Amino acid sequence: MKRRRPSLSINDNMRKTMYSRRAIILGGAQLGVAGLLGARMAWISIAENEQWQLLSESNRVQLSLIPPRRGWIVDRDGQPIAMNRSDFRVDLIPDRLHDREPVLAALTELLDLPSDEIARINEELDTVPGAQPVQVAAGLEWEQFAAVNVRLPELPGVAPVQGFARYYPAGAAVGHLVGYVGAPTREQYLEEDEDPLLLFPGFKVGKDGLEKTFEDSLRGEPGARRAEVTARGQLVRELDTRPDRPGETLQLTVDAGLQEYIGRRLGNESGAAIVMNCQTGDVLAMASMPCFDPNSFSDGISHPEYNMLSEDERVPLRNKSLLGMYPPGSTFKPAAALALLEAGVDPEESIYCDGGYTLGNRRFRCLGVHGWVNMHQAIARSCNTYFYAMSRRVGIQRIAEAARRLGLGAEYPIPVANQNYGTVPDDEWIVGRHNREWTEADTLNTSIGQGYLLTTPLQLTVMSARIASGRDVNPRFLQNDRGLANRLTGVSAENLQLVRAAMDEVVNGAGTAPRARLPLDDVRLAGKTGTAQVVNLSAGRGGRGVPWRFRDHGLFVSFAPADDPLYACAVVVEHGMSGGRAASPVARDAITYLYDPDRAMEELERLEEGWGGDIFTRMARQEAEYRRDQGLAPREGLPIVPARTNSEDEDGGWQTT
Amino acid sequence: MADYLMASNPDSLVPEPLAQLPWRLILLVLAIFGLGLAVLYSAAGGDLQPWASNHAIRFALFFAFAIILSRFREEHWKFFAFPLYGATLLGLLGVEIMGQVSGGSQRWLDLGFMRIQPSEIMKPVLILALAKFYDTLPSGELRRFIAIWPALLIIGMPAALVVIQPDLGTTLVLVAAGVTVMFLAGLPMRIFVGGALAMAAAIPLAFQFLLQPYQQNRVLTFLNPENDPLGTGYHITQSKIAIGSGGLFGKGFLNGTQSHLAYLPEGHTDFVFATMAEEFGLLGGLLLILGFALLIRWGIRVGRRSESTFAKLTAAGLATTIFFYFAINLMMVMGLAPVVGIPLPLVSYGGSAMLTVLICIGILMSIDRENRMRRR
Repeated sequence: MKRRRPSLSINDNMRKTMYSRRAIILGGAQLGVAGLLGARMAWISIAENEQWQLLSESNRVQLSLIPPRRGWIVDRDGQPIAMNRSDFRVDLIPDRLHDREPVLAALTELLDLPSDEIARINEELDTVPGAQPVQVAAGLEWEQFAAVNVRLPELPGVAPVQGFARYYPAGAAVGHLVGYVGAPTREQYLEEDEDPLLLFPGFKVGKDGLEKTFEDSLRGEPGARRAEVTARGQLVRELDTRPDRPGETLQLTVDAGLQEYIGRRLGNESGAAIVMNCQTGDVLAMASMPCFDPNSFSDGISHPEYNMLSEDERVPLRNKSLLGMYPPGSTFKPAAALALLEAGVDPEESIYCDGGYTLGNRRFRCLGVHGWVNMHQAIARSCNTYFYAMSRRVGIQRIAEAARRLGLGAEYPIPVANQNYGTVPDDEWIVGRHNREWTEADTLNTSIGQGYLLTTPLQLTVMSARIASGRDVNPRFLQNDRGLANRLTGVSAENLQLVRAAMDEVVNGAGTAPRARLPLDDVRLAGKTGTAQVVNLSAGRGGRGVPWRFRDHGLFVSFAPADDPLYACAVVVEHGMSGGRAASPVARDAITYLYDPDRAMEELERLEEGWGGDIFTRMARQEAEYRRDQGLAPREGLPIVPARTNSEDEDGGWQTT
Repeated sequence: MADYLMASNPDSLVPEPLAQLPWRLILLVLAIFGLGLAVLYSAAGGDLQPWASNHAIRFALFFAFAIILSRFREEHWKFFAFPLYGATLLGLLGVEIMGQVSGGSQRWLDLGFMRIQPSEIMKPVLILALAKFYDTLPSGELRRFIAIWPALLIIGMPAALVVIQPDLGTTLVLVAAGVTVMFLAGLPMRIFVGGALAMAAAIPLAFQFLLQPYQQNRVLTFLNPENDPLGTGYHITQSKIAIGSGGLFGKGFLNGTQSHLAYLPEGHTDFVFATMAEEFGLLGGLLLILGFALLIRWGIRVGRRSESTFAKLTAAGLATTIFFYFAINLMMVMGLAPVVGIPLPLVSYGGSAMLTVLICIGILMSIDRENRMRRR
């Protein structure tokens, strides 16, 4: 039947037919929808099954990391230098923190947070990615930690964590040696393929020093705990647990006692002191002071404390042992003497010192008028004139060669991120660097350790170690490869013996370092003082009458025992005015410590009394004073210091007096 | 008489009223309900409490009610169509006024022994009223305006009252089922084509001005669930995870993790299909879809076998009402439609939808009975 449209009149029969037709259409459409639903379901549950199963598993199973315990750093006898101690801490998870103000207010009340800590927390909350926890406080007392836990339901976003914190028992004395740990940066997180371990609250990575160099072996492997949890985070049951593998213990060649001793012994001075086994190259102690306390860095350092450290003119943030570069001054003379001997100079030949040496129309000064001096006397009494005259005779090449042979200007194969190589200048170097010809005046300057010659304290130590042992020692920090270093090549044992005898004379005879004489009956220290000019003052030497930062550096290189060397030691005291006065007593006490620790400690305690307490006490007072001067509220745990008066401007500051 | 007995049940030992029941249909309904019961038992963590036992009691009551309804004759329904419609409309109005007075939105009337949602009752009653209207309309008037506007009024009044409750899902079912009845009644095709086009044009406007913000949000989230994975999109995503992770055979009875660990929200009500699919897999899902398809096909067939316009339209309209429940719910849980809050009848926990669907089935059975008696 054909339908005519528009058909205005429809009869009952047509109506029934139309109904049947439309009911079939309707039924068909409904069947189609049912089929579509079936197909859709098949698509989700078969074609996309894998994807949804994965999501279902990740819903059901909560994988939580067990961060590995960091490996200890121990000294040559197994004494801990860096260890872990259990720590109660509180973090904030920015993602879960919806209303910052009331939560922070509650935490401030519970934990007594000082205002600059709140400022730091706010700043970090504004900058870190949402899932990365921000530390509120660490090292909490159990009562405080419990108080936060009790109020946890009303503090969304707060995460109390019971974990481990890095602890350095010797504090600042080991800061530059081992470095410190800290929370990973965003860059590190991306570099390590977004390893979730790096986001774990309280997880720390090595940021500097050995902690950084040996990060891989110190870190260990995290464990994992798989647990079935409900949507509300309730634990249903533990599925399985893979324990963490703690980081490996790192054993150093360092003697923890000596390390702490020389760190303390440097006192308020700015400088570095290094002790090394001169036969093997094992570094027994390497301190650079002043230093930061690695414990504060590892806990997350506050802004004022960091500012104080970075503003300090004695640069506590720089490791002077490896990065400080100093003209060696007269400590270079033993090396120069060796160069002369190797070049055939007769050690008995004398030079007349009338207080200086004239080269053309230029006068090169000596510090005294020594009369006739041979090599032995020239080293013992530190006569410049002798070295001016003799070095002019042999030329710079021989001197530079000897300097390099003794380890100057070299990069050592040591596990540190940064070391300076210093400079051993010669005629080739000067063309490349200053685009001029080498002159004899340059040779004369170099022979007494001035001019372009630059060394680090570690290089000075290696230099004295090589002279002392005649071995090609390199510094070593790890207690794994034992054995003596090879013999030095190109240097005769007799010549070395001549130099060593002269250095013995420096300390124990008619020399420049009588203060370095050991208070021991059977051990003698041999050494050489040095005083390096910081600025060329027309008024003469940079001594007591000039501001601290213009004063000469005091240096001392040494070894002991003088007749059968075992230890080498170098000390640099920045602006210490002279090597004999400032640097040599530090070396004396360090070596004394190795033979008679009690006696050395007695001396140190006497000195510390005069300085106003040990490192921790003095650093705390310094921070308290800094906070006072910056107008900051006193921090808990710091001593109370009186208000500053004008007369306290001790060291002269910037003014010339 | 003997002929009927021979055809349906040759065993004459069974009493006649029982033998007259459409047992195949009843078995089908019982099967769907039984599956629902099992899923609710599992959703409670393998416990009859708090859902499965209640569900069973309600089903027993409502199913008995449906059997009672099946004993009514066609002329009773025809006679009561408009009075029932009027009363239910008054009920809807009453709910709205009570809501206004008490200051909160309310959808039910408390009768003391039970609560009644007039919007649910309205679903079958609306079909009855529309069928009654077209039954009275002479065939010659079908292409006139008089064939349209009263029907629109009959649909529009309850729809308006329900949409302001606000209950978008029920409104959708009401309007869709009503329009289907108009379609079956024989109105010109062009009205539906034109209407569909007008709807398409009106959707953005309706979205803007008619929907509540939370409803707008649901629609937006449906269009892009990843936008809001922890908010409204959470429902859809978790539901798809449950269905998708079930695979072909499911994780096994009582082994669903999405539902038992509470990742799937509303796993015993609107999203019960996802709970089922997680444990029984695609196989269980297809069986349930087949069950509903058979139920709806039966309803449409009852319509086609009917003689009167009233019976034809009522039967197909009621079947379509059940279809919309089923289709909208499944589309929702499979991420093909926004979350509108429509339960899966007979399976989801909750009395209202079950009552509505069993009323529909009861009326369908009564028309079916009429058809068979006539054929005898």
